[in-house]
Amino acid sequence: MKRASLWTGVVLVGIVLVAGLVSLVWTPFDPNRVFPGAALQGPQGAHILGFDQLGRDLFSRVLAGSQICLIVGVISVSIAALIGVPWGIAAGMLKGWPSELLMRVADILYAFPALLLAILFAAARGSSTWSAMTAIGIATIPAFARVARAATLSVMSSDYILAARASGTPYLMSAVRHVLPNIAPVLGVQASVSFGMAILAEAALSYLGLGSPPLVVTWGRMLREAQTYMFNDPALALWPGLAIAGAVLGFNLLGDGLRDLLDPRLREAV
Amino acid sequence: MSLLEVRNLSVAFGRRPPTLTGIDFTIDAGARVGLIGQSGSGKSVTALAVMGLLPEYATATGSIRLGGTELIGRPDALFAPMRGNDLSMVFQEPMTALDPTMKVGRQVAEVVRLHRKSSREQARALTLDMLEQVDLPDPEQVYDAFAHQLSGGQRQRVVLAMALINQPDLVICDEPTTALDVTVQQQVLRVLRHNLDAVGAACLFITHDLAVLSQVCDQVLVMLDGAIVEAGELKSVFTDPQHPYTRGLLATARLDQVAPGSRLPTVADFYRRPERTPGTEVAG
Amino acid sequence: MAGSGTATGSAPAVRGGTASRRGGVLVRILIRLGVFLASLLVASLIIFWVCNALPGNVAQAMLGQSADPAAVRALEEQLGLNRPFFVRYGEWIGGMLTGDMGTSYLTHQQVGVQIAEKFGVTAWLVGFAMVLALLIAVPVGTFAALRRRHWAGFVTSGLSQLGLAIPAFWAGIMAVWLFGVWLRWFPANGYVPLTEDPAQWLAHLVLPVCSLALVQSAVLVRYVRSATIEVLSEDYYRTARAVGWREIPALLRHGLRNASLSVVTVLGLQLTTLLVGAIVIEQVFALPGLGSLLLQAVAQRDLVMVQGTVLVLVLAVLLVNFLVDLSYLLLDPRLRERR
Repeated sequence: MKRASLWTGVVLVGIVLVAGLVSLVWTPFDPNRVFPGAALQGPQGAHILGFDQLGRDLFSRVLAGSQICLIVGVISVSIAALIGVPWGIAAGMLKGWPSELLMRVADILYAFPALLLAILFAAARGSSTWSAMTAIGIATIPAFARVARAATLSVMSSDYILAARASGTPYLMSAVRHVLPNIAPVLGVQASVSFGMAILAEAALSYLGLGSPPLVVTWGRMLREAQTYMFNDPALALWPGLAIAGAVLGFNLLGDGLRDLLDPRLREAV
Repeated sequence: MSLLEVRNLSVAFGRRPPTLTGIDFTIDAGARVGLIGQSGSGKSVTALAVMGLLPEYATATGSIRLGGTELIGRPDALFAPMRGNDLSMVFQEPMTALDPTMKVGRQVAEVVRLHRKSSREQARALTLDMLEQVDLPDPEQVYDAFAHQLSGGQRQRVVLAMALINQPDLVICDEPTTALDVTVQQQVLRVLRHNLDAVGAACLFITHDLAVLSQVCDQVLVMLDGAIVEAGELKSVFTDPQHPYTRGLLATARLDQVAPGSRLPTVADFYRRPERTPGTEVAG
Repeated sequence: MAGSGTATGSAPAVRGGTASRRGGVLVRILIRLGVFLASLLVASLIIFWVCNALPGNVAQAMLGQSADPAAVRALEEQLGLNRPFFVRYGEWIGGMLTGDMGTSYLTHQQVGVQIAEKFGVTAWLVGFAMVLALLIAVPVGTFAALRRRHWAGFVTSGLSQLGLAIPAFWAGIMAVWLFGVWLRWFPANGYVPLTEDPAQWLAHLVLPVCSLALVQSAVLVRYVRSATIEVLSEDYYRTARAVGWREIPALLRHGLRNASLSVVTVLGLQLTTLLVGAIVIEQVFALPGLGSLLLQAVAQRDLVMVQGTVLVLVLAVLLVNFLVDLSYLLLDPRLRERR
């Protein structure tokens, strides 16, 4: 039972990663190639999951869908971390009203859920993968800022920082030397969890038709198209949905597993 | 027949080696029994075992009888009504033992209404009376206070009131004064003695402090590494300790007998423990 | 409070007077209110900026991407869009305060009227989903905490982990297929107003509410479980057990009060996620709520409608957060006094 969630997470995330990388160079069939007369046909021969409503190979499309999910996850989490982490560290190291102000702004940003911000962006600038990634990234900044601030506060009040400062190490230097390495694991957990949430948000956005353009294969858009053919072929909606759930589950479990590793005390309690 | 009879009690947590091994002792009605030993020796585990409040992954074997009723293996539906009524417990930490979101008077009054049919007003009157008994001036005001508005000594008195209000036969006190200032300690001990007398309850008093023990108890159990190594009347144990560990414990407390300038005695001067089996250490 | 008479001496027996406590609460409420209003101001600025800051955005949207720049500029002139940003923002907010949320340039519909019309659908959806999610999550989460070292506890936790990963809209699609298409227990999509036919209204809400709530309850189960575990390890829970309360009543008596703080926080966050989830779920089941209104406006690039709808949604989120903050003051007597 020990570390079960960590290993399950690693395996699931591994599968998504491998699928994403492999599909870059190879899929059983071109995901956008239409096989005439094969629309909505069930599994046959090399087409192990059958065909979609236009006669494209379903398995190839599910495989290719992992690319956009990974890209969106990486980019939006990077945006959130690159802005949110320094933001949070600054809020944690500053005192008084500047720190207060930083966190209040983060709180306000928190009132914009990723999906809502993405819809707003799509409305103003048209839908694209980039606008989706930016919106999800920006909406995730407060999560990173909060975690980074909390971790910074606890590191800054710890004895070794006091000792370092007592021995004359300048404030900023001790911060750079100690804070970042010490909060890195916590940020790793947050990154993993945020990755899962980014995948969910992107899927919803694509489902609404506000994500990547039509020719890009995404699981969310596959679900959108499958819904129309629910009466004929429910399996069409099954596989992309399972793919989303599996990927999100993987990142969530990975985050949980990492957290347990970091905090043995917590593991005892659970 | 004694009030409490503990026979061959062993407690193990999960798959670790047992924390308590083959504990035997009895407490007569109205007796004051001290349980002494260093932290980790299994005192609190003994108390929780008697209360039936061990965590679910702990297993207790042997026999614990209260007034002839077997407690080990007793289903919670039958055990719960006994707690707070036939036996009750006072914990070490008064700061956290009370619910911070509920007025303390209500917490005491609910103990009354939990165990006997009584109206809100009756319970309130009983509670006010009990708060007065534990030496809380102005019980009305304390009744309506939240825990954080009271001092540590006041809170511990409220906890005492909760434990005593249904006049139980046995009160287990787990280091009730350890977290308090020395002066407050004395007051709380006095209140405890007074009320035990008034109610006629027996008491299992857990402590690591010989001075406190001698103020409350007339019998002693000495615990070491999950076993009871010595038991007897307070006087005879204090004047003629049999087990080397007890001798060491006593010597460390008798500073008046230490010649000025010489090294202070330690328990290790009298008793050198055998190699410990791993896993016998448990908090409390 | 009867604090007179008895011989207390000069030192008060109980710390903290009633009067000072009230004053403290009022100040704190006012501070929270200020933060709420400031947040609303900033949020509205962000929304208005995103929708209007880029030159020609609205006019461009109306005329299409390939429109003649001169025509775009002429239209801007006509609509007053070439005036300074803050003037237009002030006009928007000013209208908002008098109940006028603006008029769509495209459909010439009143934004406020449209929102008021659709608001009910979303409110019912979110409200029912919240209640259902709670009804599922509280018992299940408590059970998972009480049996956390038991296989049943592990299974419950595992299931909630799984539920956490399922997109609500996928659950909706699968529910449509299972109950709407295959079993034909409930209508697969659409909406009937309550005033028209209450039975049909309820029937049309069952699937959307369930798919939204089931996924949401997975999140809640985890919170309830950890909050319960926390209470189980508290000394006052042990005290309650020691005076004779059984497990569940002790949890209810003391746990609910103390865990309610964290549960309220989570409920606040959950309401936000539910609101966002509703936007997507409305699409799955073709419900005419705020989400559908918003998405239709986005599709038509009707920015006046978009900014109004988003503002209402953000207002709802901020309002919920504000109420959560207030409820802290009411639930925790310690916070009431700290300054």
